[in-house]
Amino acid sequence: MDAIVLQILNGLDKGSAYALIALGLTLIFGTLGVVNFAHGALFMIGAFCAVTFSRILTWSHTVIDETKKDFLGNPLKVEVPHIYDLFGQATGDAIIDWAVPLSILFSIPVMLFVGYAMERGLIKHFYKRPHADQILVTFGLAIVLQEIIKYYYGANPIPTPAPAVFAGSFDFGALLGFDPNTIIYPYWRLVYFAFAALIIGAVFAFLQFTTFGMVVRAGMADRETVGLLGINIDKRFTIMFGIAAAVAGLAGVMYAPINSPNYHMGMDFLVLSFVVVVVGGMGSLPGAVLAGFLLGILESFASMAIVLDTLPGLNQIIIYLVAIIILLTRPRGLMGRKGVMED
Amino acid sequence: MLGLDKKDYTLLLIVAGLTMLAPFILNPFPEGSGLAQFNAGYPDLMQRFVIFGIFAIGFNILFGLTGYLSFGHAAFLGVGSYAAIWMMKLLTTNVIPAMVMAVIIAGLFALIVGYVSLRRSGIYFSILTLAFAQMSFAMAYSVLTPLTGGETGLQLKIADARILDGALEAGEQARANLFGLNMSSSYEMSVGSWLFTFNTGYYIAALVMLASFYLAIRIFRSPFGLMLRAVKSNQNRLNYTGLNPRPYTLAAFVISGMYAGLAGGLMVAMDTQVGPERMFWTASGEVVLMTILGGAGTLIGPVLGAGLIKYMENILSKINKDILHQWFAFLPDGLEDFIITLVYPFIGKGWHLTLGIIFMMVVIFLPGGLVEGGQRIAKLFKGKDADEDGAQTKPAE
Amino acid sequence: MGILEVKNVGKRFGGLQALNNVELSVKENSCHAIIGPNGAGKSTLLNVFVGKLIPDTGSVMFDGQSVLGRTPYEINQMGISRVFQTPEIFGDLSVMENMMIPVFAKRDGSFRMHAVQGMMGDKDIVEKAETMLEEMGLAEKRGMQASSMSRGDKRRLEIAMCLSQDPRLLLLDEPTAGMARADTNNTIDLLKQIKEERDITIAIIEHDMHVVFSLADRITVLAQGTPLVEDHPENIKGHPKVREAYLGETAD
Repeated sequence: MDAIVLQILNGLDKGSAYALIALGLTLIFGTLGVVNFAHGALFMIGAFCAVTFSRILTWSHTVIDETKKDFLGNPLKVEVPHIYDLFGQATGDAIIDWAVPLSILFSIPVMLFVGYAMERGLIKHFYKRPHADQILVTFGLAIVLQEIIKYYYGANPIPTPAPAVFAGSFDFGALLGFDPNTIIYPYWRLVYFAFAALIIGAVFAFLQFTTFGMVVRAGMADRETVGLLGINIDKRFTIMFGIAAAVAGLAGVMYAPINSPNYHMGMDFLVLSFVVVVVGGMGSLPGAVLAGFLLGILESFASMAIVLDTLPGLNQIIIYLVAIIILLTRPRGLMGRKGVMED
Repeated sequence: MLGLDKKDYTLLLIVAGLTMLAPFILNPFPEGSGLAQFNAGYPDLMQRFVIFGIFAIGFNILFGLTGYLSFGHAAFLGVGSYAAIWMMKLLTTNVIPAMVMAVIIAGLFALIVGYVSLRRSGIYFSILTLAFAQMSFAMAYSVLTPLTGGETGLQLKIADARILDGALEAGEQARANLFGLNMSSSYEMSVGSWLFTFNTGYYIAALVMLASFYLAIRIFRSPFGLMLRAVKSNQNRLNYTGLNPRPYTLAAFVISGMYAGLAGGLMVAMDTQVGPERMFWTASGEVVLMTILGGAGTLIGPVLGAGLIKYMENILSKINKDILHQWFAFLPDGLEDFIITLVYPFIGKGWHLTLGIIFMMVVIFLPGGLVEGGQRIAKLFKGKDADEDGAQTKPAE
Repeated sequence: MGILEVKNVGKRFGGLQALNNVELSVKENSCHAIIGPNGAGKSTLLNVFVGKLIPDTGSVMFDGQSVLGRTPYEINQMGISRVFQTPEIFGDLSVMENMMIPVFAKRDGSFRMHAVQGMMGDKDIVEKAETMLEEMGLAEKRGMQASSMSRGDKRRLEIAMCLSQDPRLLLLDEPTAGMARADTNNTIDLLKQIKEERDITIAIIEHDMHVVFSLADRITVLAQGTPLVEDHPENIKGHPKVREAYLGETAD
């Protein structure tokens, strides 16, 4: 029993990331009708927003500290972050410690801009082209984006720690009445899950309760008719692309402490997120979220020792296997609407 | 001639001429000169040109003709490689049985994957093939370790069975060969300060490539090829004309899988080793890039694309900052540094960036790839007469 | 006994009864028109004939064999060809290649692997395709890419492709929809000529009464999924039920 709870928890953080990326993919596909292979790159750029922001915070100048001597007896040169000058050392340290959560504020405008530029500069011209062309051009874009990141940040993963408060683990076992230390779960992963739930909730609320969201939903259902009503859908869809980019970016920012950002993390997640979208049902937002969590949890169940003893390697292939079975038995996915790219 | 019309026959002759003379053509710069690093006429790279050429030719039979975009073709390449190395381990180091087995096994695997994946089209087909390929990769990497050697892969070992071959003499190593002709043997010819290398492995791979290319032309010009193009153009009409599209697409899928298997077998014949990374999805992506870059649906395009990408990977990636400084040394210092800063991200380790940008440009502006680019340039030079010819040119050529 | 016998066919989409107890008999070598206002179920009925839809009830027999449960390509092989409302041709291929495909299909069946033989070397096929192009006045355009032709020529090519298979039943789905008057008249003449020169049964769905009364030997009027009347054209013209179905739309 405790093992099952543990696996569900373990699946949540990966599932959250899948769900957030898949949500954005679905928004873009549903509104613009574009299959975006560069969406993983947005997730990756988000993670590097966190890296960049913490670098900005720790941006330092050299000060000669007369009170300390180095081994030659000369005054010691020390690096002092500029932020100390602004807020003093204690506050400065606290801000640096909280770099990752604070990057959220930094990343939102960046991601909105990246998304906007991408849609206006490239994707716009591919609305009328076949899906194969869309896949190809966004695939090319993904390569370009990840290579740019690689050029500036190098090929190695960059550790980006979470605030010290979240460093430990939470003992779920004790809470649920199991033996202590059987189910422990890092705090940051809990934060990530809560954050993902918040974002997903916000996106749904936005679509459900605002006029803007209503128009977008109507446009997803029947683009032509809404266009006939004299509503400028394209403009709203551009904004939706920016929002989808921001969602992917935020997913990346908060994921940075879980998995040190590297330039190919986007592609790694993209392949799986596409599978998630297809399993959830192309064009279905709840489907994308559901499938994201489901597959994340399934993956962690498949990596349990008992399972691996009987079916070795299952954890590596489970997602693909499920995707193949679902696509063949239920072409429109778990919650896909009838008639959306069903053939 | 050879059952081809004049235009195709000429094309085949040109390709044959280029591949046979490749050791000369690819080595235009004398040894030791500053430009020698642009020479591509060394065996390892030439082999890769033709082997990836075969891979892309095969991929093009599926994607170029039917429009089905597979994102999992590296799986067949990998399966072919594993089949080939096992033949060389168990039976004989002669490359013929290895290649035959590679084609058969890859074909069978493609039959299974194709049968399932082709029940869907469009993006779903792409995702299904991707899922199959990633599964194959994951299994080769972990579960199937006894068969695949896991992460380290497989190599020829002295202790291998090789039932058809005699025992090795002491100190001798098992080598890939064609009836005793060693694949890695080379004849070097130096003319003045030029050095040309003629490698057995390359010539065997090149002959196989020519045969594959010839077969591809025949397929393109056959009724079967016509039906495949019809699948891409209008499946609905095809159905109402009394033709069942699925066996056609499945046949195209299996054929292209066999081409991939052949390429995988040849790789093993050249370097006698294989690892699971050969099946990773980026390898599938690479053949997509090659085909599109050269020109999907054209005969020569995939070969050109494969050549270009492999050239970039091996040559562009070797240029470093020092070399740039040599080149731009004639400029004033400030300008030199500035230009180098501008150029540097696109060369050396950054060659993928150049590739990505070229690829995007091609998809956006030149959907017909390099071949279309060539046609457009030819048209510019020929002027008005060519316009009339151009109208007659069918897009599939 | 007609060549196409439709009995008691019904089809429901959710709450909508698209076809209800449809009875129809198309006589061999006749031209049978099915008319009716928008939403009368004409297209649904046509899709049942070609195997795209399977009805909930009833039977559709072609020459004594049921077509239900067969795929479109199997039904085509039985001898039914279909012309679409917007011409469905192979736009990326040349006119000649368009023409050869149905000829191959007629000779070789639904799948045959001629993977290494040159298609232009197949004399029978090339000859037959060329004859057909000449007959339809498309010979000069043989090298053109099909999608670059005019709408009228595309229609002509589509009809030629269907006829090259010597079908016993030709289904036409509003063949003149969206056409200018001159093109419409050309198409009528073409169809008349086909009717006279060939042993062929034509079933046509049409909106344009001019086309219907120029061609049809017999007309079925469909309204709300049910056949109202089936009769000779002259009797249909003044029929009160027909006027009622069209709600004031007079049949000119």
